[in-house]
Amino acid sequence: MQFRLEKRPQPSQLMLYLAPVLAVLLTMVVGALLFSALGYDGIGAVLEIFTKPLTNPLKWQDLGVKAAPLIIIAVGLSIAYRANVWNIGAEGQYVAGALGGTAVVLLTMKMQGPWILPTMIIAGMLAGMALAAIPAFLKTRFDVNEILTTLMLNYAIVQLLYFLLRTSWKDPMAFGFPRTALFTASQSLPYLWPGTILHWGVPIAGIVAIIAWFVMGRSVFGFQVRVVGSAPNAARYGGFSANRTVWLVMLVSGALAGLAGVLEAAGPFRQLVPAFPTGYGFTAIIVAFLGRLNPFGCVIAGLVLAISYVGGEVAQTTLGLPSAATGIFQGMLLFFLLAGDVFVRYRLRPVVARAQGEAA
Amino acid sequence: MDTSPVPRLELRGITKRFPGVLANDNVGFAVMPGEIHALLGENGAGKSTLVKMIYGIMQPDAGEILWNGQPVTVANPKAARRLGIGMVFQHFSLFEAMTVLENIALGLDAKVPQRELEAKIRAVMQQYGLLLDPHRTVSTLSVGERQRIEIVRALLLNPSLLIMDEPTSVLTPQEVEQLFVVLRQLAKEGCSILYISHKLHEIKALCDTATILRGGKLVDTCDPKVETSRSMAEKMIGAGLKDIVKGKDRSFGAARFTVRELSVKSDSQFGTSLDRIGFEVRAGEILGIAGVAGNGQNELLLALDGEIPVGADAILMDGKPIGARNTSERRRLGLCAVPEERHGHAAVPDFTLADNSVLTARDRLGMVAGGLINSGKAKTYTGDVISAFSVKAQGHGSAANSLSGGNLQKYIMGREILQNPGVLVVSQPTWGVDAGAAAAIHQAIVDLAAQGTAVVVISQDLDELLSLCDTLAVINGGRLSQKKVVGEVSIEEIGLLMGGVHGTAEETHITAGAAHAVPA
Amino acid sequence: MSAEFLVAIVYAIVLVATPILLAGLGELVVEKSGVLNLGVEGMMLIGAVTGFAVTSLSGNAYLGVLAAAFAGSAASMIFGFLTLTLSANQVATGLALTIFGGGFSALAGKSFLGKTVPAFTQLFPTELATHPIWRVIFGYSPLVYLSLIMCVGIAWFLKRTRAGLILRAVGENDLSAHSIGYSVIGVRYLAVAFGGAMAGIAGSMFSLVLTPIWAEGLTAGRGWIALALVVFSAWKPYRLLVGAYIFGAVMTLEVHAKAAGGVFSALPSEFWAALPYLATVLVLVIISLRRGSSSGAPACLGRPFIPSA
Repeated sequence: MQFRLEKRPQPSQLMLYLAPVLAVLLTMVVGALLFSALGYDGIGAVLEIFTKPLTNPLKWQDLGVKAAPLIIIAVGLSIAYRANVWNIGAEGQYVAGALGGTAVVLLTMKMQGPWILPTMIIAGMLAGMALAAIPAFLKTRFDVNEILTTLMLNYAIVQLLYFLLRTSWKDPMAFGFPRTALFTASQSLPYLWPGTILHWGVPIAGIVAIIAWFVMGRSVFGFQVRVVGSAPNAARYGGFSANRTVWLVMLVSGALAGLAGVLEAAGPFRQLVPAFPTGYGFTAIIVAFLGRLNPFGCVIAGLVLAISYVGGEVAQTTLGLPSAATGIFQGMLLFFLLAGDVFVRYRLRPVVARAQGEAA
Repeated sequence: MDTSPVPRLELRGITKRFPGVLANDNVGFAVMPGEIHALLGENGAGKSTLVKMIYGIMQPDAGEILWNGQPVTVANPKAARRLGIGMVFQHFSLFEAMTVLENIALGLDAKVPQRELEAKIRAVMQQYGLLLDPHRTVSTLSVGERQRIEIVRALLLNPSLLIMDEPTSVLTPQEVEQLFVVLRQLAKEGCSILYISHKLHEIKALCDTATILRGGKLVDTCDPKVETSRSMAEKMIGAGLKDIVKGKDRSFGAARFTVRELSVKSDSQFGTSLDRIGFEVRAGEILGIAGVAGNGQNELLLALDGEIPVGADAILMDGKPIGARNTSERRRLGLCAVPEERHGHAAVPDFTLADNSVLTARDRLGMVAGGLINSGKAKTYTGDVISAFSVKAQGHGSAANSLSGGNLQKYIMGREILQNPGVLVVSQPTWGVDAGAAAAIHQAIVDLAAQGTAVVVISQDLDELLSLCDTLAVINGGRLSQKKVVGEVSIEEIGLLMGGVHGTAEETHITAGAAHAVPA
Repeated sequence: MSAEFLVAIVYAIVLVATPILLAGLGELVVEKSGVLNLGVEGMMLIGAVTGFAVTSLSGNAYLGVLAAAFAGSAASMIFGFLTLTLSANQVATGLALTIFGGGFSALAGKSFLGKTVPAFTQLFPTELATHPIWRVIFGYSPLVYLSLIMCVGIAWFLKRTRAGLILRAVGENDLSAHSIGYSVIGVRYLAVAFGGAMAGIAGSMFSLVLTPIWAEGLTAGRGWIALALVVFSAWKPYRLLVGAYIFGAVMTLEVHAKAAGGVFSALPSEFWAALPYLATVLVLVIISLRRGSSSGAPACLGRPFIPSA
């Protein structure tokens, strides 16, 4: 029986919500099979990774902390992607944000006051914007594809991080380890409740999502982004400048990635080390897609991917899985989601055998 | 022994269904050898679908196709070509960046060595007078020349049936004549021709038989030499025809829209530069701009509505220079425009109608406050447009791409007209639109002009322009001819202008509206 | 600067350039058919780990390279199925493949960490291959000669064969090609599979030739440079060859800078490490400046093929 894809008259609401759920389930199943094929305990691994974080209350805080940067970056990326601006440089903009915040830290090491942390945050956002401005400029002025430029800058800025940590930003007390000094109390993100690891970055993520939802849904800017991404000719006809839109969405996504970076540096890390770039910038791309480029979707998707991180850490210790293995799940998640997305717009129809001619 | 001639092609009971629409319903007719057979119908009547099944692109759900008396299954275009069926599509299957020779090679099923192919092509071109340089890149050719590539491709197969799908929509009147010469020669040699069109006078001039489709059904098979244009039009449309109601003794007011020395350099390889275009439109006047596609119409519209930058004094509205203003500013001053591309330019296909209203009407009708969109106002306005223009849609929340072509065009025209513009510029207002919607759109344009708006209509359809417009100019190669009054200029002269010749030929006067009655 | 020193430099450049040449040639064919596959880095990693694993288990490097090609092709089929049959977004799918490839190779390679294999570095007899001067021509791994043969072969294929003409047509105007009767999806599947095989072979060069060990993330972003290279070459195979060697030169500058001394050795190692990526950005700007509006890209690049009924 042959099948073909037939366009639905209207996008299927059912599949819209079902597709991400199916994607997660399929990832778990196929992941288990894959692991077993490679010699690990497949089912055990999957259960460890996906269910432990949910069933262990201690792990819930981990989820929140891991999800926060993913959500913030993903919200920014979803805005850019809606405008068809493919910012793949979130990882670099995230690191830039941390660099910006750390610069303020090193300048204010001997000082105190509630103004230091907000200054760090602003510096981080500006740094992310500055890095994102480069591909924005190259695209609008020279029509250079932003996928490659944002990507290349990721690698470049990470080298800058290594350089600074090895030389002028190095903690004199570090004795051979390239890292900055620990951030002081005024330079670190306070915790929501003592005794927990939930820091202020977590509610900030929620606030960012709410603001983004409002702006994208109600404002002219949100409309502009959607039109430019959906039909560039119509956008121009409607009086929207494509170049201005590219700038705006790159700066916004750069700023948000930078925000995530400085929050992460001032929160869980409380210092800057070479291991700081953990790939959140790339994972956030998956979060954005899984969340359907929608701010609240990004929140949920961020939590799902946080599960894969937290679970992956657990599996590292209990099963000996290498940390890079979480990439398998994340990649598969996106595969299954993209596949499932097709069924939102199309449905499967069997090809019927040609009807023989009736009597003329 | 049965001595009646065997039809080259016969269709019996052909039916084809798509989700939501019955494209062909029990259609049947026959084409004899050497016959030029017209397939006549409005847009959406089912002609394209029928022909796609003859050429093997689709399969019928029911019915049979007989070739020289034998039932056949045309599984795909290759099989069609093997039978001897050639097709020249309305939308060319050409590769812009490749040469004529490469394009023809791609259209062939067998591998032919380049030199042999070139010799064969030159022979065919000689035989039928279709002259082309095989080594030119397609992007440098005019539309008429590109069509010749398609025809040569089809002729190389030595077809016994040649299908032409709306071939003349892109040709000047002179080029149409040249095409007819080629087709008549082919028919004399025994090749059957299936000629799809909705242009009645062409069919009367060229064809031996006409099969008329309407709404997927067969209406009649008749002899166009015997029928009148009006009778065939009525069969196509199915109802009594109604002429456009234009007020008598219309006088025009002051000049509202003036264009002077408008020049635009095209930045793309395939575009046309505009060269010192100038015209003036008075209040209440409808100016038509005729021309074959690809002569700068697109660029002209983009220049007029502000999507391409022009000199500050090149465009004046109500006496004020607006050339330096962007699209939004021009809208605020009262200039509304409708580009020819419905999907992706005039409207966003995935957006709702309400969102599409926000696209152009938001400033002029106050839908934006403090950077936020007032969706209530947008929805109300959309509702007004839908009811005033009888748009068949479920409401302001329908997606633009869920509307039929005619309904979407009605909505778009309505969206601009209800903004009460002082100047309206539209391009191809009824392209691909069914007759009923086309008539409604034409009437709306006339009514708008009657209220004092200056209207510019850019169109490839001469008949439309002649019945709608007060004055006419022709665009060719980015240059605009002098404005003429409709009723004081002949078709021949217009045809020559469209083809780029600026002399005058024998003039025969025609009166506006006589060549083609606009159906209701 | 002795002749031997020059030879050493050229030799190093050729080695570094070859993987991106191989991957770039594969992606060039893919893009000529109208498809943008950003998963090159992931396919290279899968090829690298597979090549290493099979060579380690079988002792035969040729088998390893073959396996790498198959693995790269297989991985590309995931991409192909999603984007060609299901019309999914090509950018997102390519990225997913890269992320997946990274994770998969890390997992599969774990049991091979610390192992070594005989290096796949020699084709010609030892005297020629290790000669201080002649090794500049004869001293390379079979993969280097393969890359040069493929370059010539692909250029000939695209320009002179009917199959190449059809592939170009599909990338220029998929709807026209479909109307004429060519299988757009079929042609693209073949192109994608070929691109996957080439990326797989390129990846195997890292684990079998450049450093005959396996490590996570062995390819260090070279797959992305290969993608930039395709744009740089304006989709022309011989320009790709030149570009690959230019990039190879930039990438080996770090080592040579130290040897050259003076101001070059004063620059930090991180600068040299970042240089290839910054150079790529610069090159992209230069191409855009030179070419103006028509970039020479296949007109359908990145757009899904949706035949209208």
